[in-house]
Amino acid sequence: MRIPVTTYTLANGLRVILSEDHATPVVAVNLWYHVGSANERAGRTGFAHLFEHMLFQGSAQVAANEHFELVQRAGGTLNGSTWLDRTNYFETMPSHQLELALWLEADRMARLLPAMTQEKLDTQRDVVKNERRWSVDNQPYGTWWERLPALCFPPEHPFHHSLIGSMEDLSAASLEDVATFFRTYYTPDNAVLTIAGDFDPAAARTMVDRHFAAIPRGTGRPPLPAMTLPATFGGGRREVVEDDVVAPRLFLAFRVPAAGSAGWYAASLMGAVLGTGDGSRLARALVREQRIASAATAYTFDLAKGSDLLVCDVTAHPGVTADALEAAVLAEIDRVRRPDAPDAVQEAERERALALLETSWVTALQSAGARADKLSQFATYFDDPARVNEEPARHAAVRVADLAAFAAASLGPDNRAALLYVPRHTPAAEAA
Amino acid sequence: MTVPPRPTPGVPRPYEFPDVVRATLSTGMRVVVVPMPRLPLVTVLGLIDAGASGETNAEAGLAALTARTLVEGTHSLDGAALTARLEGLGTSLGGAADWDASSVHFTVTRSRLRAAFALFGETLRTPAFAATEVERLREERLADLAQQLAEPRGLADQRFNGFVYAPNTRFARPVGGTVGSVQALDRAAVSRYHAAHYGAATTTLLFVGDIRPDEAVAMAEEEFQAWRNSAQPSASAPDAVARAATSSRRVVVVEKPGAPQSELRIGHVGVPRSHPDHLAIVVMNAILGGLFSSRINLNLRERHAFTYGASSGFDWRRAAGPFAVRTAVKTEVTARAVEEILRELDGMRAAPPSADEVTLATDYLAGVFPIRFESTDAVAGALASALTFGLAEDWFLRYRDRVRAIGPDEVFAAAQAHLDPTRLLVLAVGDGAAITESLDALALGPLTRHASDADPAEAP
Repeated sequence: MRIPVTTYTLANGLRVILSEDHATPVVAVNLWYHVGSANERAGRTGFAHLFEHMLFQGSAQVAANEHFELVQRAGGTLNGSTWLDRTNYFETMPSHQLELALWLEADRMARLLPAMTQEKLDTQRDVVKNERRWSVDNQPYGTWWERLPALCFPPEHPFHHSLIGSMEDLSAASLEDVATFFRTYYTPDNAVLTIAGDFDPAAARTMVDRHFAAIPRGTGRPPLPAMTLPATFGGGRREVVEDDVVAPRLFLAFRVPAAGSAGWYAASLMGAVLGTGDGSRLARALVREQRIASAATAYTFDLAKGSDLLVCDVTAHPGVTADALEAAVLAEIDRVRRPDAPDAVQEAERERALALLETSWVTALQSAGARADKLSQFATYFDDPARVNEEPARHAAVRVADLAAFAAASLGPDNRAALLYVPRHTPAAEAA
Repeated sequence: MTVPPRPTPGVPRPYEFPDVVRATLSTGMRVVVVPMPRLPLVTVLGLIDAGASGETNAEAGLAALTARTLVEGTHSLDGAALTARLEGLGTSLGGAADWDASSVHFTVTRSRLRAAFALFGETLRTPAFAATEVERLREERLADLAQQLAEPRGLADQRFNGFVYAPNTRFARPVGGTVGSVQALDRAAVSRYHAAHYGAATTTLLFVGDIRPDEAVAMAEEEFQAWRNSAQPSASAPDAVARAATSSRRVVVVEKPGAPQSELRIGHVGVPRSHPDHLAIVVMNAILGGLFSSRINLNLRERHAFTYGASSGFDWRRAAGPFAVRTAVKTEVTARAVEEILRELDGMRAAPPSADEVTLATDYLAGVFPIRFESTDAVAGALASALTFGLAEDWFLRYRDRVRAIGPDEVFAAAQAHLDPTRLLVLAVGDGAAITESLDALALGPLTRHASDADPAEAP
């Protein structure tokens, strides 16, 4: 099953992707702006995400929060999200409401600033501060999200700093920052627009022209600093954090090739071998056999610039010490680096991982919104949305020998960053 | 440049909920098939009429432990081997129990369906319930409970249920059981529960996806024709499981010293799913706190910036589930946020909503219907819920018309009948030293403070 892909570019640089599917009267509109927390200037951590909130505060023809109301009244769903190097906005609509979603997206791309006020900025700043309290500060292990990138990327690297931002930097954000960020990054030539699902292509092109063609091109986004790093950390890294938690939890990260690069597919498949499903290496050994952990997973961050991270995320059973947890995880990592059976990854494990990936791939493609998001992603990162259809084959092309080579190159002691959470004030911690 | 005006919608394309085909096997087992042939994918769900509502308090968590352990090995395959076989087919079995039913389900690509279905059948008919696996999953449940209680949201949800229902009711305890009840569960109890409640007479098989009804029925007949036993549905006494702790308003503070936010839960015992006002309540709740543009969210988030988000919801069960407003607010504004929530509850009962507000909710609920059902597992889940609650076969076909028929009068009547500010439990998990005085000054009713590890359902 291939996702149909038609791509064209407007004169102002907006890349447009059309992907028809008439199975159900639903259409997804998905817009990726190629800007994220990596593009923030010093002293403005969290701004890209705060800015995403401001995009729901109205534009020239849309009142504050009316975007949500109009889409929901039309029977649609919507949201936005901010990541290290991109921000996306998306609606899934009953198909006859396609143009409403396009109009809403175009109005804020073209005419956001007339609607911006100090009061709206102050309100959203407080909302985001509450989001930080909710997801980071008042949540067990909640700081992993900013500690792990800080541990893995050097201080001057664009992925080093916090995506949600510090309270101090959020307080400093001004309306002038909003205007500058908007003019610099929210331009048609820095965006990809995908329409997926039930629509008529000729009618959709007319609508896209009507709403987006007159928006002027930007003046060019400033380049990110060099993102390339050595292939490994060049030594072990370790941070221990006391937190209000009942059980230790280890995030063990490895630097791996950038998402989508030739070497990345082995890292991605190794992630599934190690930590997708109850039968994965980590789950089988630590959860089922040794009963040290209550949960064990592994995943890549899918960073397409410079280098990516592969992360093993293992939560101990209450009562298990952090040292025992860490030793058990490292033992499993050391195992896959040995050359011979049964330690090295076996063909059956590779096939297990590929079968699970295939099912989750097809399952995800059921949703128009998920198809649209994938297409925007591949256009943004690789300038090649049709490459989406090659992903299963690229994973399947990874052989056990490639997994062994990857383990040798990237899972060694010189390339491990351990972020270890331990319970505060437990007898075990005091005795240690 | 010219500014295009807001577009008018095109002509709606017709949408029908997928055809639902029903059959009964020779053993009496029911089969429901929903062909959705777009992608080569099938979801299979076994729905068993065995829910946690039917448990005694002493055995709370038994239905959940049975469903979880079920998928950890059969008479011929131990847990690791069963997992390896399933994952080799790109799938896994999810076993879970809820208040009114248990379920085992998987989603698999079409070419691997028959092999996965054989493992599914073997699992339902001949689970091993090995003592080591029962013990392991019991420990995992205890670890899970400890994690939930250390997490402010999980703690607030559990304590809200614990204080809103009478201490001796099943609904005062989590589906998965409490520390005390789970510790007492063992292999014998799990095996007994399976023998008593899992069988042809209590199970409905749902097939959703790239499959024809005749194929599904033939496959089910072949796999389950030998499954004959005396299983019975789990029974429960709805009044006993869902009795409220008290009929008067009160405030509970659960201590989390130094917390930067208070997790608020404000509500009371709601109504059973079978209540004739169900859809009017759904629409009323969408306006009150169900949508982003709801009164409570716009007030607390967009007007006052007290929170990242605030919502309300009725939890639908066969017996009366809870109604609750949920939010997390900055510690300093806890009492003010409570005041605003109570104001919105009063406002909902004081006057009918505008026609515009009602159509926002009804147009959303009716319009979003096809988007809810893009995937095979979403359709399977919705049908399982309809079967559990005994909804009419035309429920999904008539849903959108019924929703659109609800107007301000029905919504107003639902608010007056089903929101009751006089019997609210106002619960805050937060920094007691910082929030108690201002909460008490609201004079809502008696205020009590509790340590975070004090479980009202396990009080001596």
